[in-house]
Amino acid sequence: MPSQPSVHHNGLTILLHWLLALAIVGAFGMGLYMSDLPLSPTRLKLFNWHKWAGMTILALSALRLLWRLAKRAPADLPMPAWQARAAHAVHFLLYLCFFAVPLSGWAYSSAAGFPIVWFGVLPLPDFVPVDKLLAETLKERHEQLAWLLALLVLAHVAGALKHQFIDRDGLLLRMLPGRR
Amino acid sequence: MKTLTTTLIALASATLLMQAPAHADPQLLAAQSELGFTSKQMGVPVDGRFKRFDARLSFDPKKPETGKVGFNIELASVSLGDPAFDAELAKPAWFDSKKLPQASFQSSAIKALGGGRFEVAGKLSIKGQVRDVVVPLSLAQAGATTTASGGFVLKRLEFKIGDGEWADTSMVANDVQVKFKLAFSGVAPL
Repeated sequence: MPSQPSVHHNGLTILLHWLLALAIVGAFGMGLYMSDLPLSPTRLKLFNWHKWAGMTILALSALRLLWRLAKRAPADLPMPAWQARAAHAVHFLLYLCFFAVPLSGWAYSSAAGFPIVWFGVLPLPDFVPVDKLLAETLKERHEQLAWLLALLVLAHVAGALKHQFIDRDGLLLRMLPGRR
Repeated sequence: MKTLTTTLIALASATLLMQAPAHADPQLLAAQSELGFTSKQMGVPVDGRFKRFDARLSFDPKKPETGKVGFNIELASVSLGDPAFDAELAKPAWFDSKKLPQASFQSSAIKALGGGRFEVAGKLSIKGQVRDVVVPLSLAQAGATTTASGGFVLKRLEFKIGDGEWADTSMVANDVQVKFKLAFSGVAPL
């Protein structure tokens, strides 16, 4: 085990990062599009795909969190302390949302009486009762949390782009696969 | 004291006899009855029920084979507990409840299987489609109430329930589990 953390992120971290980035953008786009659709097979399909994507995000995020706790991230690149603090705060909130958004969606599904069957095969347990009023509240929370996640993603991407194109410190390359 | 008790028993018996004349047909106790179903949307079980239905029963437990049961269901009373779905179910692709508001069942044969269990064969008619169905059920009595519980699997496409764009069974499964609990008063003791 090297005493100095590598400059690059390791392979699994990079894989999980981009897989989750794709899944989150996809699930967010689906969620935005489907919520105003009239009832149709398309709406039903999108709702289920959205739920399957959300549960996949939840599972991968759990794996990602464990991996992150087990394996330290490389040290920060030189930057003003407030920027490092801001970046870490955004990371922390991002991780919170990785769990809060899918969990609130799962609870909303249960409360609405349409439980999740993961990929149409694995029925997930309901941890809240069927309750229309509760479903309305949970739907609002789910949407608010999803928007918070979207804002955090924007801040995260803006920060990465600033490092790459203004500071030119090569930070973005650390999250890309390539030679070490 | 003994005389009083005897009189009371006699009075109670007379009252009971007046309430349930031997030859009147049993009455459906709507408030204690349920007619529900479970369909599967992309593997997700979704429960629904009909709020308004009526049954006519003539049934002698001693001679079950002479019994008859008829059933009417108001299709517009269907609910999945979600207004958007309920509005959808009234449309022509689903129950088309404006055109043919009622579904019906009429028994043709009742077979006793023993132990309070019966098999009711008959014709089920929904949306102008008529099919033979066999419905297993069991009877239980508590006080003056006789409850028939049972269920069967209905193939929704045989009745054109969920036609057109909804006919895809990978979206909504063809098999719909129907289950019922019908309470009657006035059925003779089993």
